[in-house]
Order: sequence, then structure tokens, then C-alpha cells
Amino acid sequence: MTPTFAFIQILNGLQFGMILFLIAAGLTLVFGVMDFINLAHGVQYMVGAYLAAAFTAWSGSFFIGLALALPAALLFGLLLEFLVFRHLYDRDHLDQVLATFGVILFLNQAVKLVWGAEPLSVPIPDVLSGTIELSDGILYPVYRLVIIGVGLGVGLLLYAVVNHTRLGMLVRAGATNAPMVAALGVNIRLLFTIVFGTGAMLAGLAGAMVAPLLSVEPGMGDHVLILTFVVIVIGGIGSMRGAFVAALLIGLIDTLGRFVAPSVLRAVLDPAAASQVGTALAPMLIYLIMAGVLCFRPSGLFPMKH
Amino acid sequence: MKHVMKTLGMVALVVTSGHPAAAQEKLKIGVLVTLSGPPAVLGQQARDGFALAIKDLGGKMGGRDVDVVVVDDELKPDVAVTKVKGLLERDKVDFVVGPIFSNVLLAIHKPVIDANTFLISPNAGPSSYAGKACSPFFYVTSYQNDQVHEVLGKVAQDRGYKRVYILVPNYQAGKDAVAGFKQDFKGEVLEESYIPLGTLDYQAELSKIASMKPDAVFAFMPGGMGVNLVKQYKQAGLAGRIPFLSAFTVDESTLPAQQDAAVGLYGGGNWAPNLDTPQNKKFVAEYEAAYGKVPASYAFQAYDAAMLIASAVTSVKGDLTNKAAITAALKKADFTSLRGAFKFNTNNYPIQNFYLTKVAKRPDGKFETEIDEKVFSNYGDRYAKDCPATN
Repeated sequence: MTPTFAFIQILNGLQFGMILFLIAAGLTLVFGVMDFINLAHGVQYMVGAYLAAAFTAWSGSFFIGLALALPAALLFGLLLEFLVFRHLYDRDHLDQVLATFGVILFLNQAVKLVWGAEPLSVPIPDVLSGTIELSDGILYPVYRLVIIGVGLGVGLLLYAVVNHTRLGMLVRAGATNAPMVAALGVNIRLLFTIVFGTGAMLAGLAGAMVAPLLSVEPGMGDHVLILTFVVIVIGGIGSMRGAFVAALLIGLIDTLGRFVAPSVLRAVLDPAAASQVGTALAPMLIYLIMAGVLCFRPSGLFPMKH
Repeated sequence: MKHVMKTLGMVALVVTSGHPAAAQEKLKIGVLVTLSGPPAVLGQQARDGFALAIKDLGGKMGGRDVDVVVVDDELKPDVAVTKVKGLLERDKVDFVVGPIFSNVLLAIHKPVIDANTFLISPNAGPSSYAGKACSPFFYVTSYQNDQVHEVLGKVAQDRGYKRVYILVPNYQAGKDAVAGFKQDFKGEVLEESYIPLGTLDYQAELSKIASMKPDAVFAFMPGGMGVNLVKQYKQAGLAGRIPFLSAFTVDESTLPAQQDAAVGLYGGGNWAPNLDTPQNKKFVAEYEAAYGKVPASYAFQAYDAAMLIASAVTSVKGDLTNKAAITAALKKADFTSLRGAFKFNTNNYPIQNFYLTKVAKRPDGKFETEIDEKVFSNYGDRYAKDCPATN
């Protein structure tokens, strides 16, 4: 493995981590501040991708599509909150899991009805479709660097808002002790709505950003949802910093594991078998790490103080 | 007593009305394909290709009206068995045409054959029934699955590629693809990358390909996996630099989603929409006019399946009671295939030409695969020798 190759795989891992962070940021806030388990967070990512695909096809420009998809994803999240989730805040976790799982089934079928079962395709905008030559003949797509940049930007913005504004202070206070915040005269419902809308929009942003890379299809959010839960559990529920660190960690481990595991196994197995076993073992690494974290730091790497 | 009389009366009615009508009774064909989930597009192609053939035949075979019953196997073997039993027992079909996927075929083969009913596969061609387990009731109008991979291996060998990178899903069909490719390819395989099924992001593998600089890439990535791989291959700047040989990864069912990213990529097959036979030209034009899509191999193979059945029914003059006569007629394959030269091997899998195909954008803006070169002529599969000649 050459240094350039290792560097590229680290970029790939960071890019995947940034997408996970965009989704996890909303999920960890909703879980941490509102104590609400939202399994439907993954379908909000899918809806974001579909909205971006639809608006891009309609306007002919990815940037206009993205600019329209974000407010639409926000409105969609608020609509879901108003219609379904609002009635679940006072129920126990099992009710929330059941109801939001129902939302997953419903929305996966709904996008099939509206857009069909065939995958949709979103072209990369021309200005971002180039590649950068890292060393002789090794190219890296500019668009993936843009994703890393967007992830970093959103991370910094969230950091500034959560740590240095009054709204952020309320969010942190809510994550620590929501009833106390309400008792001090803060409109906790409004706070919840803002948090929820932001989370839905970030998930939608993640969906819109990956739409040019992946095919947009029903059920695309289901796999991501599981990884996102792993991220917030490792990071510490409710912690934005934890979500950021854990998302990058998972992104890097998942990507690098796919290469390191087969190369290590090659010492004892023939190449074809090493590849088969290695690619099967690599996805397990994430869960092993989660188990380790839960064992030694049960409330995550950056636990919220209660 | 009144009840008994009524029952007897009905029996009499059925018996008397049943017999004279037998000669004019409709010929029934059951079509079992996948029509739900993301692979639904493949089943729709087969269904539509078959329907087009029936239309071209004027709705008749051997002078008898044809009734086609279409069912969806949902790509679930257990569902497929229930549905095929419905076709056999309730609809009493004379022929079953299907399925698309080999795992479904493994489930429905026994119930159909055990019912002494003819099964024509318009796509799935697993090795399981090509050798010792071949049957006079089972016919394939597509190919034996391995052969498509063999085409790409042969091309890689003939073009003098020394180092090839292989990318396949980590399941049985992926391993079969590698075995098929290696049949004729004798160069070095740099890496056999077995990807977990359902993987969507290939950037990590593509980076590895870029750093290894192989002479060519061989990929078997069916359906949505192929859509993503092809888009990302282009985005990584590899398209046009490293030849992309593939099987079941770029065809008319995935091209609407892959579009420009797939142009110039290679596939293997027994046909392409631009194959130059008069029948094929007519078929492609009619299909596009009727369904607004470019036909894929699934559509043409189903069309041929209908023509094969028609040829056999005509040769026995519509009398389906003598199964041995129908078997003999089916084996003769006395019809003009859209692909040109076509005959059955001893195992009832085709002997036919195979081509390297290349994706192109047509002047009307649609995408299709086009024949690049002929790779095998009158090519039979390597399992047929194990099929007893008495089948």
C-alpha cells in the first residue's frame, strides 16, 4: 500500500464520515434533547435525495435543485413532526419505535408510487465534475472533496451555534435537563420544533449531496440509519462533538477496513479467499468498536453531563 | 333429492359442453417473471417482449387462440412455487415461460417438470439443468449463465491484457462469474474484489484500481449496484483510460439511469438491439413504438420463447396431447430467431453466437448496447456433454 493510496482511502473515509455526520447531527439532537427515538430519520435522508433529484430534473441545475430541496426537506420534516411525531413525545420509547418504523414503511412505498421503483440518476454539476491528479495517473473526483468541505462547514456552523448562541445554550440545557428548561419559562415545544426541523434538513442535505454519487432509490435510507445509530451511540447521545468525531471514526474504519482486512488475511489465506473473508469481516469492525465503547464508556466518548 | 338432481344435471352439462369445445379450446401459456421491487424492470421487458410476439402471431398458434396468464414471482422462490402451482393446477397452462432469475428457476423447475408441462426460460440459464439433470421438458432461449462471463474472459485474452482487476458481489453468482471469466483468460488477476451485496459506494475500490493501473477491469454488478459503479467509474476519471469489461452491468435496463457515464463500456451477450437481421430490426422498431423503451435482451429472449412455442404448436397442428411429438418439435427449434443462427444443444440450451457489445448514444438521444465484435461462433456450453442423449 503506497502512501498516495493510503491518503486516497483516508479521503474516502472522511467523505463517508461527513455524510454520516450530516445525518447523525440531527438524530443525536432529537434523541438527546427531545428523548425521542426517530427511526424515520433515514427516510428523511431518502426524501432529501428524491427532492434533489426531482428539483434538479425540473430546473436543469443541481444548484437550484439543492437550493429548493433544502427548504422542502425542512418543510417535510416539520410536516411529519406536526402530523405524527408531536403526538409521541410523551409516549414511551416502544411506541415511538413502532410509529416511526411505520413511517419508514409508508414513505418507502410512497416514493415508489410517486417516482417508480427504478433508480433515479442525478448528474454531477459540470463545474464540480472534474478530477484532481494526486500523483501520476491517480485522480480524485472534485465532487467528493466538495462533500468533505460541506461537512466541515456544517460542523463548524453547528459548533458555533450550539456553543456560542443563546439558542445553542437552550439546546444544550435541553439535552441535559429538558423539564428544568421548561420550568424556567422557555417554550420547549418551539425549541423541539426548531431542533427537529434542523435535523430533518441536515438529513435532507446529506441525501441531496449523495444523490449524484449513488442511485436514488426506495429504501436507500435504511442501511444508513443503522450506521447513524452506531455513530450517536459511540459519540454519546445528544453530543454534537461526539457525533462529529464518531462519524469520522466510523467512516474511516469502514473504508480502511475493506482494504486492511483482506491484505492482513492474505498472509494466511490465498488472495481470493482473503478478499471474500476480509470484505465480510470489515463491516463487523464497526460493531466490535461499538461494543468496546459501550463496555468501557457506556455513555459514549463524549457523554452529556446529567 | 332435488340437490342430487341438480348436481347430476351440472355434471351432465359440464361433460356434454366440455367435449365438443375441446378442439377450439384456447392454448394457455403462463408467464412467470419478476414484476415487483427494483428488478421489476427486467420482468416488464420479458412480459412485453412476449406480448409483442403474441401480437405478431395474430394471437394464434397452430390455429388455436392463445391465452397468456402473467404472474409476478416477486423474486421470492417460495412465492414463485405458489404462483406456478396456481398456473399448473388452476389455469391448467400448457406451457410455462419464466423466470428471470436463476434462484427462482431452481424453485419452480421441479413442480413444472413433474406436471409434465413444458418450461421455457427466457433468461435464467443455470448450470444445474445443463448437465446430468437436463430434461426434455426444459428449454432455454437465452444462454447458459457462464457463457456471458466467458465472452469477456476471451476478449481480455485475445486483446492481450496481462493484468486484470475483477469486481464481483460476494455471493455464488459472483464466484461463478470469476470462474467463467478465467475459463479463457490466462493472464494475471491482480485482485478479485468480492463486494458485499448491496454496496453502493465503490470509491475505495476505484482508488485501488487507479493505483494498480490494470490493463482492464472485469465487473459483474447487476442492477442498482451496476448503476452506481458505472457512474462512479466515470466520476473517478477511469472511463476511457482503463477498459471496462462487464457482464449484466450495462444493458438497456440500466442504461436509462447510467446514461452518458456508460458510453464506451463493454458488455457481453448473444444479441444487441442493433443486430442486423430483418426480423430484429422490425422487432426493435415495434417494441420501441409500443413501450417507449429500447428493448433489452430480456425482451428479445421472451419474444423468441413465444416463437419457439408457436413453431412447436404449429408442427403438431395444435394437438398438445402427444408430448413426445411436441418435444421433438421444440428440439428442432424451427423458427427464425431474432439473433439469426440458433439451434438447441443436446441439453436444450442454445448453440449460438456471442458478441462483445459496447454502449453507445443513438442520434435520438437514447442509449443502447451495440455489437462491437463477434467473440464465439455457434458456441455451446461445457455442461452439455454430461446430458444423457436420451433426454
